[in-house]
Amino acid sequence: MKSIKNTLIALVAFAGLAGVAVSADDSAVHNKQVDWSFNGPFGTIDKQSAQRGFQVYREVCSSCHSLKYFKFRNLADLGYGNDMIKAFAAEYTVAGDIDSFGDPTERAGLPQDAFPSPFANDNAARASNGGALPPDLSLVAKSRADGPNYLYSLLTGYDDAPSGVELGEGMNYNAYFPGNQIAMAEPIFDDHVEYSDGTAATQDQIAKDISMFLMYVAEPKLDARHTMGLNVMLFLLVLTIIFYLSMKKIWAPVKRGDNIIGD
Amino acid sequence: MSHGPSFEPKNAAVKWVDTRLPIFSLIHGSLGPGFHAPRNLNYWWNFGSLAGLCLVIQLISGIVLAMHYTPHVDMAFDSVERIMRDVNYGWLIRYMHANGASFFFIAVYIHIFRGLYYGSYKAPREMIWMLGLVIFLLMMATGFMGYVLPWGQMSFWGATVITNLFSAIPVIGEDIVTLLWGGFSVDNPTLNRFFSLHYLLPFVIAGVVILHIWALHIPGSNNPLGVDTKGNQDRLPFHPYYTIKDIFGIGVFLLFFAGFLFYAPNALGHPDNYIPANPMVTPPHIVPEWYYLPFYAILKSFTVNFFWVPAKLWGVLAMFASILLLFFMPWLDSSKVRSAKFRPLFRFFFWILVADIVLLTMAGGRPPEGIWPMLAAVGTVYYFAHFLVILPLLSRFEKTLPLPESISSAITKKSAK
Repeated sequence: MKSIKNTLIALVAFAGLAGVAVSADDSAVHNKQVDWSFNGPFGTIDKQSAQRGFQVYREVCSSCHSLKYFKFRNLADLGYGNDMIKAFAAEYTVAGDIDSFGDPTERAGLPQDAFPSPFANDNAARASNGGALPPDLSLVAKSRADGPNYLYSLLTGYDDAPSGVELGEGMNYNAYFPGNQIAMAEPIFDDHVEYSDGTAATQDQIAKDISMFLMYVAEPKLDARHTMGLNVMLFLLVLTIIFYLSMKKIWAPVKRGDNIIGD
Repeated sequence: MSHGPSFEPKNAAVKWVDTRLPIFSLIHGSLGPGFHAPRNLNYWWNFGSLAGLCLVIQLISGIVLAMHYTPHVDMAFDSVERIMRDVNYGWLIRYMHANGASFFFIAVYIHIFRGLYYGSYKAPREMIWMLGLVIFLLMMATGFMGYVLPWGQMSFWGATVITNLFSAIPVIGEDIVTLLWGGFSVDNPTLNRFFSLHYLLPFVIAGVVILHIWALHIPGSNNPLGVDTKGNQDRLPFHPYYTIKDIFGIGVFLLFFAGFLFYAPNALGHPDNYIPANPMVTPPHIVPEWYYLPFYAILKSFTVNFFWVPAKLWGVLAMFASILLLFFMPWLDSSKVRSAKFRPLFRFFFWILVADIVLLTMAGGRPPEGIWPMLAAVGTVYYFAHFLVILPLLSRFEKTLPLPESISSAITKKSAK
């Protein structure tokens, strides 16, 4: 009885701790919640959606945003073949070696290269974007609280500024952005891209697909982590039950009240 | 504490070694059948071995991480991402280390509260308690420096805020800060020395853990009744009884640990630490890791200067005092009765203290707006009042319940009921 009570106390304390962890991330506006395929212990990245999201990144986002931690070769995880990956990489130009005359060269991208930034440096990026720096998107799904939901909410959350809100020059109103004024203009619209798999390219769908892709880019080992987690948990569960039964057996004479050591 | 039979090796090779280096005797007498423990230890006594397990997990995962990590301001963040993406099972090792720190603190906090509840700090165990607090302080320093290493936004700004605390010390404060930084701001020298110390201190912790366990073996473990063992009927050999119980505890603990590690690896961290450190951009809300929040709340709860001492210095003094105070527990609480089981008022105030620390944890994590600064101040005042006023008064005036004659008599009575 007592041990059950103690277990309950431990569980309540643990739930409280998890609660602290979650509530520490409270943002001003509550993000729209999407039922993502990667949620929950059995969740996985939806590869179809992530492939569409990659298409959106390539055709829309990549004109301003880099993915400096994501390499072309990583696309194999999403189901692309080697030839396609080579072709994607070759679309980009990256800095090459120093040639025999000591001059810098350029070459076509290779699978081992990361997605290059569209700008030479941060100053060039700011100059082209009204002073705002488009952030690298490699980790954006983890570096914002409630990441994937935040991205989806932001991309579908553009609106006219409510009366009384004075927007800065070149700024746009978005209820989900901290401070509500964002330099990036509404980036995606209905039918902005044409999906080859026939999915209707509504703004809502595009926002979900790019968020899925960016979650994959931020957490490329998510599927492996969930799979290994299940195996580890099942193994530990069986092991712990065996430990428990062993303990009960060893402790039986103690519970009977025997004097174990003797006099 | 009576010790069990001395080790008598049957194997000739073991005997040859043991007569020249009594390592087998040492294990036999400290973790084996040669060490006798009270027979009534409950599950709260599992958290010592669990904290030890966490130290081992942190040491092993940390040594592997250090093989792949680069302590340089321009490369630290990238090297951590390389670990997460390209190093084989790097994600597993890094999430294990990051969540392992949290679980180390969970185990140690429960271990400390168990000691507070059952009076394990009282004579003759004062030295065990104080060595434990030294371990706790070393853990806080190690954890803080470890959080700086990924060189994210929270790493950088956390390091800036915490190192700046030392500037509140009169006269020499600024020089101490310069020394900590290795320059005039948090920069590459800071990262390098933090990495060096983050690698060193865990081994110092391991050393103090050995002292902690050595000191424990003089009087032996306290127990839920808080009365000394009187004979062999009150005791059990540590092995196999408490070894198997500790192993079962490890199984349960690892299930919780794996739950976080595999399914919510970032829940206990801060999203801002996935943004590379930028000295030009201050995050809107700088918070330390959850395990420092009560102390952070105490630090922040001083907002006005009084007695010619600036508020910042009050905050820093109070924060350090809140931990150093615990070293005086054996004398602040002079009651002869150890266990809260026989101290109804002490038990009541113990749970109020737990609630107060939960309140401080919540206040520490929130921006100083609305009701929170007030709650932090009240929580801080109560924290000190508990140790400096309530405990000394309680130990003098509380009417304690009658103690059982011995552990075995208490057990027989309970089973007779």
